[in-house]
Amino acid sequence: MSDLADRQKLSYIAAQAADARLNVELETEGMTLNIGPQHPATHGTLRIIVRLDGEQVIWAEPSAGYMHRGYEKLTEVRTFPQVTTLINRIDWLGSFANEVPFILAAEKLMDIEAPARAQHIRTILFELSRIANVSLFLGDLGVQLGAITPVFMAFRDREYVLNLIEGATGGRFHPNFDRIGGLKDDLPAGWLVETKQVMKKLRNFCTEMEDLLFGNEIFQSRTRGIGVIPKEVALQYGLSGANLRASGVDWDLRRDQNLPLAYDKVDFKVWTHPDGDSFARCWLRLQETREATKIVDQLIDTLPAGPIMAKVPRIIKVPEGEAWVSTENPLGEMGYYVVSKGDLGPFRVKIRTASFNNISIVPWLLRGVYVPDVITILASLYFILGDIDK
Amino acid sequence: MAVVALSDTETLALPGDGLREGIVQQLRDVLGDALLDSLVKPGDDVWVRVRTDAWRAAGAALRDVVGCDYFCFLSAIDWMPSPYGRGEDDPTEPPPERSTEIRQGYTGGDTRMQVFARVRSIQGKFGVTIKADVPDDHQVVDSWISLYAGANWHERECHEMFGIGFAGHNDLRNMYLPTEFEGYPLRKDFPLLARMVKPWPGIVDVEPLPGDGEDESDV
Amino acid sequence: MTASLLAVDLPYWAQSMFRVLGGTVAVLLAAGSIVYLFLFKMMSFMQSRLGPMEAGPYGSLQLFAEVGKWLQKEDLSPERADKRIFKMAPLIVLVSTFLLVAVVPFGPDDYFTNFDAGVFYMLAVSSISVLGILIAGWSSANKYSLLGGLRAAGQLIAYELPMVLAVVGVVIQAGTMNMQQIVVAQNTGEIFGWGGIGNPYVLTQFIGFLIFMIAVQAELTQAPFDMPIAESELVSGYMTEYSGFRFLIFFIAEFATVGVFALIASALFLGGWGVPFSWFGWDSIDSIDNWMNVAGPLIMFSKMLVLAFLIMWVRFSYPRFREDQLQRFAWKVLIPLALINIMFTAVLKVML
Repeated sequence: MSDLADRQKLSYIAAQAADARLNVELETEGMTLNIGPQHPATHGTLRIIVRLDGEQVIWAEPSAGYMHRGYEKLTEVRTFPQVTTLINRIDWLGSFANEVPFILAAEKLMDIEAPARAQHIRTILFELSRIANVSLFLGDLGVQLGAITPVFMAFRDREYVLNLIEGATGGRFHPNFDRIGGLKDDLPAGWLVETKQVMKKLRNFCTEMEDLLFGNEIFQSRTRGIGVIPKEVALQYGLSGANLRASGVDWDLRRDQNLPLAYDKVDFKVWTHPDGDSFARCWLRLQETREATKIVDQLIDTLPAGPIMAKVPRIIKVPEGEAWVSTENPLGEMGYYVVSKGDLGPFRVKIRTASFNNISIVPWLLRGVYVPDVITILASLYFILGDIDK
Repeated sequence: MAVVALSDTETLALPGDGLREGIVQQLRDVLGDALLDSLVKPGDDVWVRVRTDAWRAAGAALRDVVGCDYFCFLSAIDWMPSPYGRGEDDPTEPPPERSTEIRQGYTGGDTRMQVFARVRSIQGKFGVTIKADVPDDHQVVDSWISLYAGANWHERECHEMFGIGFAGHNDLRNMYLPTEFEGYPLRKDFPLLARMVKPWPGIVDVEPLPGDGEDESDV
Repeated sequence: MTASLLAVDLPYWAQSMFRVLGGTVAVLLAAGSIVYLFLFKMMSFMQSRLGPMEAGPYGSLQLFAEVGKWLQKEDLSPERADKRIFKMAPLIVLVSTFLLVAVVPFGPDDYFTNFDAGVFYMLAVSSISVLGILIAGWSSANKYSLLGGLRAAGQLIAYELPMVLAVVGVVIQAGTMNMQQIVVAQNTGEIFGWGGIGNPYVLTQFIGFLIFMIAVQAELTQAPFDMPIAESELVSGYMTEYSGFRFLIFFIAEFATVGVFALIASALFLGGWGVPFSWFGWDSIDSIDNWMNVAGPLIMFSKMLVLAFLIMWVRFSYPRFREDQLQRFAWKVLIPLALINIMFTAVLKVML
C-alpha cells in the first residue's frame, strides 16, 4: 500500500519537524491547549496537554490521575472475596473480565481448580463482557469522528448483551459473580437459548457497522495511516490487546497461555493486521467482536454439566505465595500479581491494567499530528479511565 | 497447569521445564553472581532476584539475551507488615501488638522494599518476573527507561507510591497524585486514610441465602 | 405584492409591513419545520429511537419548549471576552439569513424584491455569515472557539467559490440573474420540444446541482464539513461560549439558513414556486392565475423540504472530514468540476 507508505513517511517527517521545532529555544509560536479533563472525546477524565503550532501538535502529555481511587491500597484491607467488588470497577464496561484474572491468581495460590462447568461459564461471561465493551467502542468511534448515528445502534445492541449478563449475574455493569473456586450461581433456565439469539443479533450488528462506518470513504481517509505504531515500539511500551495485534504481533493470551478457562476447547481465529494505524486497530476490534460471538456459540454447544463450585472452606485463607495471572481482557492484557501471606486478605496486589500502557505511548505517538487526528488516535487506542487510573 | 505423564521415568519432567531452567541458566551466564536467587514453577512461571547494582544489566540481559521484548509492568513491594493491621482496629482502644518481622516472598530478599518487574518473550511465550532489593538507606535503583520505553510511566508511579528513586529517569513527576502530595501512599506505614476517618464498623456476618450450601465462601 | 391578490391598493407602509412579516414567517417557518421534522424526528428514526414525544402530540411543540428553555437562561459572557463583539456576532449571522430570503421568489407576485442582480446579490450576502462566525470564535476568549473560528474561516471561504461557480452555470443557461426570471425560464422551458415538465435546471445542470448542494453543506458547517463545530473535539467550536438567547439565535440561524439555501436551490434548480406552465396553458408570467400566489409558497415550501431532507440525511450519516481534507476537496475537486461545468454549459448554450 504505497499510499500508506507515503503517509507513514509524511508522519515520520512531521514528527521530526515537530521535534526540531521543540528544540528551538525561542518559543514564539504555539498555543497550549488542554484536551480534558472534561471533554466529549475522552472516555472519562483524561487530560492531555498539547502544545500546538496552528493545528499541528508539537508536544503532547497525558495527565492521568483524576480518577485515581487507590485500589492497590484498598485491596490490602479487604478479604479475598471482597476484592472482587473493588476490581469490578476498574474497567467498568466489561467488568466481569476484571474479576477473572484475580480469581484465577487466588485459585492458583490455593491450588484448587474450578469445576469444568464453572470454567466454561466463566469463559462465556468473559466473552460477553468483551462484546459489551467493544460494541460500545465501535459506536463511540463514530461519534469521535463525527458520525452520530452508529452509536445508537451500538447501544441498542449492547442492551441485549447487558440484559444477558444481568439475567445470569444480577448486575448489568458490576456483576461480582466470580468466586474463588467457581461461580456464585448457576445459569437461569432459558439463558443459553437466548444467548444464542443475541449472538445472531450481534453478528448482524457487526455487519451493519462494517457497512455503515468502516466502508465509508471519509472514515477510511480519517483513519488510514493515522497514528502508526511500529511493532518494536508497541512491544517496548507494553501495548496489548487489539493495539498490539494491529501492529502485526501475533499474540493472544487466550491462545498462548494455558489458563483454566475453556479456550482450549473452542476454535477461534486470532486476527492481526500489518499496518498498525488507527484503521487497523478499529477494524481489528470489529473482527474480534464477531469472533467472540462465535466463541460464545461454541461454548454454549459444549457446556458440560456439573457443579458450579469446588470444595472451598467457608472462610478463605489463601496460603503464602505469589502468583501472576493475566488474561486477554477487552482492553488488552490485564493482570494481577497477588502476594499473599496466609491471611484472610492479600498482602499486596499489583494491578497491571492495559490502558495504562496503552496511553503511555501517547506522548511518542502524538508528535506532528493534527488536532482532529489526536481524537482519532485516542479513539482507536481505546482506553477506559478506570483502567488507567485504577 | 496440565500435567502430562510421559512415562514412568519421565513423570517429573513436565513440559516446559527445560525452558525455564534454561532461562535461569542464561541469566546466570550473563550476570554471574549478581543473580542471587531463582525459583522455577515448572510449566508455569519463573522468578529471579538480582543484586541491586545489576538491575539494569539484568534488564538488558533479559531483553537481549533471553529475548524478552515485551514489557509488562514494573512496580515495588513493601514487605513490612502494616502497623495498622487490616484497618479494623477499634479507635477507642490502644492498638494491639503486631509482629514487625519482615518476611520476603519468593526468591527471598534482604531489604524492606523490593522492585519487581515482569517482561515477556512473544516468540517463546514465556514471562519472567525479576526482583531486586532496594537498599534501606539509599532507596534508589537504576532506571529501565533506556531499555524499555514503557518503563517511564511505571517508574513514575512506583516513585510516587513508594518513594523509590530511579537513577537515569529525568522526569519523576507524580503520576496520579497532586504534585504537592506528601508521603508515599503504598508504603505500609502510610495509613489508609479512609479507615482513619471512619473506623471499620466490624465484620457483619451475612446470612447465606436459602439454598446455599455450607461450601459458600461468604465472609 | 398582495395588491393584486386582494385587489386593493395598499399604502407603502402596509406593504412594507407585510413584507417584513412575510420574511419573518418564511425564515422562522422554514427553520422550525426543518428542526422538528428532520432534526427531531428524522434523525431519531434513523437512529432507531422516537425522539421527543412529550411536548404536544408526537412532540410537535418541542420546538416551543426549546425556545422557551433557551430564552429563560442566564445571559452569560466570558469575563475576558470582547463583550460588544461577542454580543454582536450571532446577530450578524441571523441578519445574513434574512437578507438572503429577500431575493427568493415565492410566487408570480409574491416576492420581497425583484431586481435584476438577484443571484449576484444572493451570493454576496451569503458571505456575511462568515464574518459573524469568525468574530464569534475570536471574541470568545476560549481556545476551542478560536480553533473553531479559524477552521470556519478557511472552510467557508474555500467553499464560496464552488457555490458561485455552480450557480454561474444556471445563470448562463437562463440568460439572466433575476431569480424570478430564472424560475419562469425553467417552467416555460422545454426539453427537446416537450414541455411536460418544463426545463428544471437540475436535469441539465446536474453537476452544478451536486456541487451547489455540497457547497451549501459546507457553508452551513453541516457534517461531513462540520470541522468548525466538531462536537467531539471542540465541544461546539465557535458556539461554545454562547448560551441562552444568543445560542438560540445561532441555532435558529443555522437551520433557517438550511431552509433558505434549500429555497434558493429549489428556485435555481428545481423550478421554484412554479409548476410547468404548459399544464395550465399559461405562456408568460402575466397570464398566471391569481391562485398561484397562494399555491406558490406552498410548492416552494415542499421543494424546500425535499432538499433540506437531503442535506440533513447526509449530515446524520457521514463522519467528518479533516480540515486539510476538505480544503483539498474544495480546491482540487469541486472547483475544477465547476469550471468544466461552466465551459460545457457555455458551449452548449451557444451551439443550441
